[in-house]
Amino acid sequence: MSLAAIAVDRTVLELKMYFRERDSVFFSFLFPVVMLSLFAAVFGDSLDAGGSPISAAQFFLPGMVAGGVMLTSFQTLAMSVAMERDDGTLKRLRSTPMPPVAYFLGKVGLVAASSMAQMALLLLVARFVFDVTMPSSTSAWATFAWVFLLGVSAGTVLGIAYSTLAGSAKSASAVVIGPLLVLQFISGVYFAYGDIPPWMQQVAALFPLKWVAQGMRSVFYPAGMQTQEVAGSWEHPMVALVLALWLAAGLVLCARTFTWFKRGSV
Amino acid sequence: MSTPVRVAGLHKSYGGVPAVTGVDLEIHEGEVFALLGPNGAGKTTTVEILEGFRRRDGGEVTVLGQDPQTAGLDWRQRLGIVLQTSQGLDLLTVREVVASTAKVYRHPRDVDEVLEAVGLEEKRDRRTATLSGGQRRRLDVALGIIGRPELLFLDEPTTGFDPQARRDFWGLIAGLAGGGTTIVLTTHYLDEAEQLADRVGIIAGGRMLTIDTPAQLGGRHAQQATVSWREGGVVRTLATAEPTAEVARLADRFGGEVPELVVVRPTLEDTYLSLIAPFAAAETLASATAPDAEPVAEEVAR
Repeated sequence: MSLAAIAVDRTVLELKMYFRERDSVFFSFLFPVVMLSLFAAVFGDSLDAGGSPISAAQFFLPGMVAGGVMLTSFQTLAMSVAMERDDGTLKRLRSTPMPPVAYFLGKVGLVAASSMAQMALLLLVARFVFDVTMPSSTSAWATFAWVFLLGVSAGTVLGIAYSTLAGSAKSASAVVIGPLLVLQFISGVYFAYGDIPPWMQQVAALFPLKWVAQGMRSVFYPAGMQTQEVAGSWEHPMVALVLALWLAAGLVLCARTFTWFKRGSV
Repeated sequence: MSTPVRVAGLHKSYGGVPAVTGVDLEIHEGEVFALLGPNGAGKTTTVEILEGFRRRDGGEVTVLGQDPQTAGLDWRQRLGIVLQTSQGLDLLTVREVVASTAKVYRHPRDVDEVLEAVGLEEKRDRRTATLSGGQRRRLDVALGIIGRPELLFLDEPTTGFDPQARRDFWGLIAGLAGGGTTIVLTTHYLDEAEQLADRVGIIAGGRMLTIDTPAQLGGRHAQQATVSWREGGVVRTLATAEPTAEVARLADRFGGEVPELVVVRPTLEDTYLSLIAPFAAAETLASATAPDAEPVAEEVAR
């Protein structure tokens, strides 16, 4: 079979495994939708964002989109690759004549399909259940597209690279979910980024999630809210730069550190 | 006859500690070769070097005509590897796992035929997580043979099996060997090696102590038998090269039945334990069960 056919087969296999795992379906695929619904139900229509009234669903949507990007890419891959390395699946694959790149293409296919499906679901629920106003300009959707693409790509390579740190399958969920959860709290996913202490903002600004969230705010918030950003603007060039740097760093880390074998086993 | 596996003077150390020190080995086409040895003997290191998973420090290694260290995916097309650990892929069905593995081989066997051959045809649509240990291992073998390998590595394939499952598994492996596949088997079970292997190599302390057929291993066929019987309230034993004559003499003396007569030849296990006795890992166990350990070991060392 050709590489393309094997990669497609790997993607189908990855999707089957992903959607058969109840934990991953809930905690990465449905989680942003669940959280958005929760916030909308708790805070209703009367949220006050710096003087201008805004519905809770509208307020939290960019954060949920950004969180979803990292859950389906970074969290899914960091955990699944760590687990597959630990249980010997990677070594087994390496023992076959499968071209190694097919494995990564399968992971990319998984993330592409699951993250796009998640976004579609999240936006449909926001629009039709919680009556969130969607952007109407082409430029807003173009921004959505590149922030999403850069965010998912960076999350994908960083997730694969991070899996090496996760060690055993047992420690993987703690090592992956813990830090990502902290990052979500300080990156403007669950709290308004402007409301957290400056030193936390500076820590968050080192990581990609804050920039995805900021980029998504520029898509889903009214243009007038730009002035409430800590920087006073959406900082699109900075969003693109930081995410591109993380993507490049992730690729280098993958190339340098990826191993098919469990630590200590070879 | 060609030689799928050829090893000469293999050396490998980990952080300065030698694991394999000068192993020589030739495995013939179509044979089942069992590699035995205590844990830490260098068995896994040797096999993983043959499989192309580890780099060697010295020596010559040729597997299917190529150096495993530099051989590529075309070489892996001709190889089947059943690893020691058997986990993962819990969420896929038996058939999904085998079918997707089949896709990476150029000339795979038919998926359903392989499932039938390993006795998993009724489990084909079940998740692999629901399989028993023995069934899971048969799935591993299915994955190992789906690509029609010329050479199959089986690393401790029956660890944790119940006796019936082990018998069934042996039948499966014997069938593969009958079909001409060269098989390299590592195992801790002496009866398994005796059942399946054409030749056995015993590795300990990083060296190949001996290579022979199970029946001839360590001069086993020529060793003395032990005759024991009860006389005067105590069990008496006698080591002899002529047990039949000894029994006849005893029968004369007792005028018929000899009380509690037992004639024992050294089992493969006895021979194995005596061979590896000088190597610390199995010392305690060996000295308890093989009193004649030292002479045999010296013989081998020469």
